[in-house]
Amino acid sequence: MPSAQAPAARGSVLKAEHLTKQVQSPEGLLTIVHDVSLDIAPGESVAVVGPSGAGKSTLLALLAGLDLPSEGRVLLEGRDLTRLDEDGRALVRAQRVGFVFQSFHLIPSLTALENVMLPLELAGHARAREAALETLRQVGLKERARHYPRQLSGGEQQRVALARAFVTQPAVLFADEPTGNLDAATGARIGQLLFEMNAHSRTTLVLVTHDPELASRCGRMVHMEAGELR
Amino acid sequence: MRATLLPMRMLSREWRSGELGVLRLALTVAVAALTGVAFLADRISAAVAMQASQVLAADLRLESPQPIGEADLAAARRGGLLTARATGLLSVVFAGDRSQLADVDAVTAGYPLRGTVTVADQPFATGRPAPGIPPPGEVWPDSRLLAALGGHVGSRLSIGAAELRVTRVLISRPDAGGTFRGLVPDLLMNAADLPRTQLIQPGSRVTYAALFAGTPGRVAAFKHWLGTHQRPGQRLRDISSTSPQIRSAVDRARRFLSLASLVAVLLCATAVAMSARRYVGRHLDSVALLKTLGATRRFTVWLTTMQLLAIALLAAAIGSAIGYLTQEWLLYALRGVLASRALPPASPAPVAIGLLTAVALLTGFALPPLLQLSRVPAIRVLRRDIGPPRPLVLLAFGPAVAVIVLLIYWVVLDWKLFLGFTAGLAGYIALLVLTGMLLVVAAGRLRARAGVAWRYGVARLSRRRADSIVQIVAFGTGIMALLLLGIIRNDLDGDWRRSLPADLPNYFFVNIPPQSRGALLAYLHARGARTTRVLPMMRGRLTAIDGRPVEKMRFANRRGQHFADREQNLTWSATLGAGNRVVAGSWWTPADYGQPLVSISTEFERWLGLRLGDRLTFDIAGQPFTVRVASIRKVKWDSFRPNFFIVFAPGLLDKLAGTYLTSAYLAPGAAESLAGLARRFPSVSIFDIDDLLADVRSVLDKAVLAVQSVFAFTLLAGLTVLLAAVQSSREERRYESAVLRTLGASRRTVLQGVLAEFAVLGLLSGLIAAAGASVAAYFLTTRILDLPYVFSPWACVVGILGGGIAVMASGWLATRSVVRQPPLATLRADI
Ligand SMILES: Nc1ncnc2c1ncn2[C@@H]1O[C@H](COP(=O)(O)OP(=O)(O)O)[C@@H](O)[C@H]1O
Ligand SMILES: [Mg+2]
Repeated sequence: MPSAQAPAARGSVLKAEHLTKQVQSPEGLLTIVHDVSLDIAPGESVAVVGPSGAGKSTLLALLAGLDLPSEGRVLLEGRDLTRLDEDGRALVRAQRVGFVFQSFHLIPSLTALENVMLPLELAGHARAREAALETLRQVGLKERARHYPRQLSGGEQQRVALARAFVTQPAVLFADEPTGNLDAATGARIGQLLFEMNAHSRTTLVLVTHDPELASRCGRMVHMEAGELR
Repeated sequence: MRATLLPMRMLSREWRSGELGVLRLALTVAVAALTGVAFLADRISAAVAMQASQVLAADLRLESPQPIGEADLAAARRGGLLTARATGLLSVVFAGDRSQLADVDAVTAGYPLRGTVTVADQPFATGRPAPGIPPPGEVWPDSRLLAALGGHVGSRLSIGAAELRVTRVLISRPDAGGTFRGLVPDLLMNAADLPRTQLIQPGSRVTYAALFAGTPGRVAAFKHWLGTHQRPGQRLRDISSTSPQIRSAVDRARRFLSLASLVAVLLCATAVAMSARRYVGRHLDSVALLKTLGATRRFTVWLTTMQLLAIALLAAAIGSAIGYLTQEWLLYALRGVLASRALPPASPAPVAIGLLTAVALLTGFALPPLLQLSRVPAIRVLRRDIGPPRPLVLLAFGPAVAVIVLLIYWVVLDWKLFLGFTAGLAGYIALLVLTGMLLVVAAGRLRARAGVAWRYGVARLSRRRADSIVQIVAFGTGIMALLLLGIIRNDLDGDWRRSLPADLPNYFFVNIPPQSRGALLAYLHARGARTTRVLPMMRGRLTAIDGRPVEKMRFANRRGQHFADREQNLTWSATLGAGNRVVAGSWWTPADYGQPLVSISTEFERWLGLRLGDRLTFDIAGQPFTVRVASIRKVKWDSFRPNFFIVFAPGLLDKLAGTYLTSAYLAPGAAESLAGLARRFPSVSIFDIDDLLADVRSVLDKAVLAVQSVFAFTLLAGLTVLLAAVQSSREERRYESAVLRTLGASRRTVLQGVLAEFAVLGLLSGLIAAAGASVAAYFLTTRILDLPYVFSPWACVVGILGGGIAVMASGWLATRSVVRQPPLATLRADI
């Protein structure tokens, strides 16, 4: 599996070693992710593709420290996420990681601006409002800053989510099918924006997608099927 | 610093968005209900205490057969109290050649310290408040005295060696009514004239009284001081030892208020719990997201705690304000109903109670689910089916149960009441849960046979089993509380009306000589008066119990000791009399007449520790009588009919000289008849109990008002529960309705389904509530409020129909907008 190997020369920002995830199901122990190893260099963009149910989201969660693997370990900027407790992993996420989700996940009771400010406030950032407004401007939504999520279209909501993901200038950005809930044209524009911002901030990108067009824009593509990388 | 601000900022955002609306509302209503009740109860019990103290003409009254030293009064004044003196003695008063024995009371300026003296210019006329006390040289005889002496305003009366001028007719004074202390007419004079009368001689029977009044704290402090300085023969009376009529009314009012406010508290707790549950359900995603974005668990716990604290503070402030205003408004609106005397101002204590309650309710009912919320894993952002781990049952329900138990005890402050209420509540909730489960099972069975709308509606109930049970418990509790309040209110109201009929006796006639008895009754009947039982009365002293002299016995009860020390009023009677109920032994039959038997009241039984069959020896007019306790009676002292603690069997005391007493109802405008009666039967004492009655009535008016306002608060709390319950399933309904309509169901079908679901829920809750309320009312009325229980079928009808309709209506109101919304809007919003 040569495509899954990272160019060792540039060092690595995210490294997965023999990740396995098993869960208890009514039919017995179920292996969702099986012996996955992955090495991603700083600034690299990696697309994870594969059929629905292949275990892509589960892998993403393991890489981002949202969940713990049954076996193996994850190194983010050299820190072993599996040896941190929940709060330790939260701290790493607050400082080094950004997320974009298929279903946007904006907090409905907060305005667009407040949603973008949130990760800055959690990280104790001093000038949260200014930074958030600037990022909203970058995604073209400065005028909608005071709108609530339900007043925005799907595409606009995802742009707010992009702003929220980039505003902390994370080391790694995880995106789980960011265009999955959008129509083709809107999805294409969001994809365009995602890559523009990624290029601008030189963030490492791990992108789970069904969209071949989006995947092809990534520097590397890994295929996942039945819990394994091929 | 930033960590302190963030929760507040997030809270203010949530606040603006209305996400916390229901929780906030529930808590505010809880605090408003509770503080409203507390404010009202506070002021009314203060008013009642004030009224009770009017019977003493003071807050504290020290009586003694010896002059009371100036030192005691000076000490009281140093302690910030008001003081006055009243010196009472019996003396024959002359007007020309006519004379009459009178109870002469010489008072000092300031008398009465509590209550009012009313006077008029004609005997038996309607009184008006007197300006102070009679000036030196003047006297105010009462109507009967003036009538007996044939005098009028302006006459001169000789009292001892002094001659004083009548300037007003005494109609009432606070410390005269209600007791049989004075069996003779009354006269009020200035203490400065007392030496001139030369009435006080060695050996004359004089009662010296010192009156004290002030703030409760100062009175209590002085009472304590007096306790250590009291001299033999001195007797201290305060509001706790005043007439049984007022005390029993106050007691009932207080108990009822406590119970009613308790129901409001529990309803609000239910609403808070439901709102918190809904809040948690709606915030799983947000908290998971916060964690994904890097929030630690500790931070989310802290966020929750800070937010709850802020909510508690705000709800306490707003709720207390609403409670206070509501109470003010109620008092203002019903000012005319109340006695003219203004209520004392409210104390700020209920605000603290409000804050404490808000914090306690949130801690018990909102904190556990919210802490659970903080345990939702971040992974939920990717897998929506993952929620927080199941909590330990103890942690989830422990705080709520603890808070309920503490609140109940804190409100009733009575172990028996507490245990009864708690056990009843636990049983009731268990019953509700059980019935809820049965309903869920039954609904599952029945739905195959129902139409599509019913099937859809009832299916919801069985599918969301836990939810349905919670709702049945909530609705059931709400409806039961309202029903229970309704039933008890009815019982109390009914009882008060029964015990205070319109033709309640309004005059007592005491000291009727045996030979005048027939003539007096004829006189009264000829003037349209309805008389009650005529009872003989004599004085006697209890000397021994089962052969043991009472002087040698010690009684634990203060009143028991008092009874053993003094002469008692005794009577004999063939009939039991209205308002008397034999609780042990049996009432005598004609065969028992002449037997040495006695019947005692439950008070006498308790105070002296007596039992059925005990042999009591009395000294009556120098003759010893040993009698056996044949029956024990429970007496309704507030019936305003002549009643005695001790009643002998007929045929035993008949030969002893005694007098008779009776009470009668005289229509308004009977002044002429009374003046005539006083002239014709000069030795008969007439007690006008309209004054005392007015006091009791105004106490009852206040109690009824309080009860009604508590009722309103509880109703409001009940509505909050309904709102919280319906709100908790709103989002889900919106979604389901959209799906159903997309699938082609008409709006009507969806609505019918909703109505079917709520109707079944409401009918069943109503049924249980009616049964529960009837049982609870039975125990409350018979065991605690000490009233006869009357089963009310209307409660069942109202409970079942009212419950069904109310729940259905709220369901319809809350889901109307859901059903109206075009399905696309809902589905798109959910994507
Ligand atoms: N906690 C879990 N319990 C049971 N099954 C799970 C759990 N997490 C994931 N799965 C299953 O594992 C498979 C992979 O899921 P997922 O990672 O979401 O796939 P993808 O994102 O590639 O569509 C799915 O069949 C899913 O149902
Ligand atoms: Mg997925």
